[in-house]
Amino acid sequence: MNYLPHSESDWAAMLAALGIDSVGELFRDIPAQLRETAMPDLPGPMAEAELLRHLQDLAGRNSSLDELVCFAGGGVYDRFIPSIVLDVISRPEFKTGYTPYQPEASQGILQALFEYQSMVCELTGMPVANASLYDGASALGEAILVAAAERKRPRALVSRALSPNARRVARTYCDAMGIAIAEVPYVAETGQTDMDALRAAMGDDLCGVALQQPNYFGVLENMRLAAEAAHAAGALLVASVEPISLGLLEAPGRYGADIVVGEGQPLGLPPGYGGPLLGIFACRHEMMRRVPGRIVGETVDADGRRAYCLTLQAREQHVRRERATSNICTSESLCALAAAVYLAALGPEGLCEVAAQGVQQAHFLLERLSERGTAPRRFAGAFFNEFVVDVGQPADGVVCRLAEQGYLVGPALGREYPELEDCLLLVATEQRTRADIEGLVAAFET
Amino acid sequence: MPQPTLLELSRAGKRCTRAPAGDVSSRGVTELIPAEHLRADPPRLPEVSEPEIARHYALLARDTFNIEAGFYPLGSCTMKYNPKVNERIAAMPGWALLHPDTPPGQVQGALRLILELERLLAELGGMDAASLQPPAGASGEFCCVRMFRAYHESRGEARRTRVIVPDSAHGTNPASVSRCGYVATSIRSDGGRVDSAELRGALGDDVAGVMLTNPNTLGLFEIDILGIVETVHDAGALLYYDGANMNAIMGYARPGDMGFDAMHFNLHKTFATPHGGGGPGSGPVAVKEHLTPFLPVPRVVERGEGYDWDWSPPKSIGRVHSYFGSFLVAVRAYAYILAHGAEGLQRVSEAAVLNANYMAERLRAVYDLPHAGPFMHECVLSAQSIYRDTGVRALDIAKRLIDYGIHPPTVCFPLIVKEAMMIEPTETESKQTLDHFIEVMQTIAQEARSSPELLHEAPHETPVRRVDEAAAARHPKLTWNA
Repeated sequence: MNYLPHSESDWAAMLAALGIDSVGELFRDIPAQLRETAMPDLPGPMAEAELLRHLQDLAGRNSSLDELVCFAGGGVYDRFIPSIVLDVISRPEFKTGYTPYQPEASQGILQALFEYQSMVCELTGMPVANASLYDGASALGEAILVAAAERKRPRALVSRALSPNARRVARTYCDAMGIAIAEVPYVAETGQTDMDALRAAMGDDLCGVALQQPNYFGVLENMRLAAEAAHAAGALLVASVEPISLGLLEAPGRYGADIVVGEGQPLGLPPGYGGPLLGIFACRHEMMRRVPGRIVGETVDADGRRAYCLTLQAREQHVRRERATSNICTSESLCALAAAVYLAALGPEGLCEVAAQGVQQAHFLLERLSERGTAPRRFAGAFFNEFVVDVGQPADGVVCRLAEQGYLVGPALGREYPELEDCLLLVATEQRTRADIEGLVAAFET
Repeated sequence: MPQPTLLELSRAGKRCTRAPAGDVSSRGVTELIPAEHLRADPPRLPEVSEPEIARHYALLARDTFNIEAGFYPLGSCTMKYNPKVNERIAAMPGWALLHPDTPPGQVQGALRLILELERLLAELGGMDAASLQPPAGASGEFCCVRMFRAYHESRGEARRTRVIVPDSAHGTNPASVSRCGYVATSIRSDGGRVDSAELRGALGDDVAGVMLTNPNTLGLFEIDILGIVETVHDAGALLYYDGANMNAIMGYARPGDMGFDAMHFNLHKTFATPHGGGGPGSGPVAVKEHLTPFLPVPRVVERGEGYDWDWSPPKSIGRVHSYFGSFLVAVRAYAYILAHGAEGLQRVSEAAVLNANYMAERLRAVYDLPHAGPFMHECVLSAQSIYRDTGVRALDIAKRLIDYGIHPPTVCFPLIVKEAMMIEPTETESKQTLDHFIEVMQTIAQEARSSPELLHEAPHETPVRRVDEAAAARHPKLTWNA
């Protein structure tokens, strides 16, 4: 299969216009030695029908959320995606355009991203948001680097109750730039970040403190205390949030967050085996010129009409090169568009409903598990819609066993938290019914 | 004309999606969540109905230039046709609805696809191993430079803290260097290509690596690449290949054979995955044997009869993504490679190169061609003479092209050419489209001479006229409530 629109006579005419006999002559600058070994050994070609059969066959070797009832979390969640979201992002106009460097030709996508930024600001209670980063993990890394640049200090504190994957990516970003990350432990009983340990770790070399709300264990943190502690030390608070929870939970801007990051996948993106994802990034005005990634601004055209364009580009790599705020170029625009349509489709009431149902289903699941006594909750702190259970044996095996029975739970925590080897995450969203929950509870017992 | 925003369309009480009624005996949220954590008021999101949302985005879509609807010769971006079959595949539930923490035994199809695509990319690149984890080209660049650093440090050569980047390089190259805690040293080009004397002068025992793209951003193949590679390796530095321009050389040259130690690919360029208005992309990396220990973890390995994730590689630089990269983008690229096979991909490069040279040949009478061909998949024209004669700049020409329904080429890049217009037609444009573009460019050149104000004030036919980008930066208004 190929997509070449050249007829034989077109090809001949173009060669003739160039005064050459074969296209190979255009490659004459390539040394012969390279040309000799250049043909790769690849499968194919395949006709379209063959290709579909092959990919369908491979897809058939995967258990998707059509086959598994999903109680798994840890960063990617099973949320209902409204049909309007799928429809809008499948439009070729949005799908096949490039980054809108020529605003006159791209007002549509620019306005859509401006609306996305606006809604992120509403959710987070922050005045500035960008038009996406790769994922919540890289957003955390970028946030710490912004804090380091803003405060001109080389150390940050990150709670161990914050997503392990996000901490790893943040470490990759920060180690490379000479920013030290120290981890703050969690309290074994509650699952919350240990505030005494946090306060003890303060210092005048500290640029930022990062906590997740709800945290990786699903537990609700005392973010106001964290903000106070950070600010008292002259550091910034970085809050990593789950966007749907912001339908009910206090906006980070109101409890003193300076930078807000998060994973936007629950806002209308399928789990996609972990990608593509959507990095949310928002912050206070003071840091506007340090923000990484694309930002859309409102302005006017030559006739005074409202218009949109990419702005504050002096921050970016195509202008500032080695002194850019980040190296990011292509980010996750289409994913941001999905999130914008999702938020428009749900509206404030819908978002609250969806968030509330997750809370209710999760608490009901815990009640039923507690009645059976099979998988006691590990932490006592108040939680949102995700919590940790102790299954009394290495949790990896339990995850596999339950998956074979059609229930996806987890992730198991042992790889990232050796002290929690018998523990795994459970989450319930609005997608889970009472029947699903009863089924899981029963499955734990077999 | 400008569309109202969702906020302006919003009216209290309008609804679109409602969740089904919950079916557990519900204690209310206020009973379950301590009050101090709850918002006082719901977030102020727009309240609109589904028909209004559908129309809103239909109208925004109409005002968004896209490759489906028009020629988009944006140099360095490879705006080629995005095959529909790849969208159909990526939407299959067996790909789209996989949770990343599903036990490996139940996602053997996904693990196999990842491993196979890694191998296909390594083969295409002439490399030994690959990782799909970086979610964009810039992330891939960072990943490779970071691996260089890990490599040198493992050999006690931490003194190597500079990376050499040609002045023609894409901005992400020096930016990625800085992100690794390194210093980017720029070297001048000579007649568009790497100046070997400059390069030799810049090398030293404090240089970790050299970042190149070949063909370079002028669309010229670095004829002396083998000599350059030898020089760099002799100085103890490593070579990184920016794979943005892979569309030019498939079946004709492999970066690994040239001697590069590491490279990245842009799946959203060479492998036809949709650009999405600025992502999602995917920037897999491929490396030679001596760098494989440093690749991001986890890695897919064969285990028994199947596949598994391996978390063990102790020298890995770590993670650059929450999970395994832009998986659904990788699925599309995998399908694209299988659809074409090796000869098909070679034909892709041939058609891309033929299109670019045909266009350069037909336009050289009307615009300046600062460098002699043959070109590869893109060429750089200059409007310098037109500017000198008429005051019309490349930017004005770009804006006028929009009136003709054609997306402008990349302008003002690379920095080393004045009034540059970098044109990459790609292989999926017909001769008819190219001939039309050539005619339009000829017309615009005439307009520059006869009525320059028309171009200074272009575009005229768009929903908005020339946008005041300077004002946007001076007085940033970044949300609808600002």
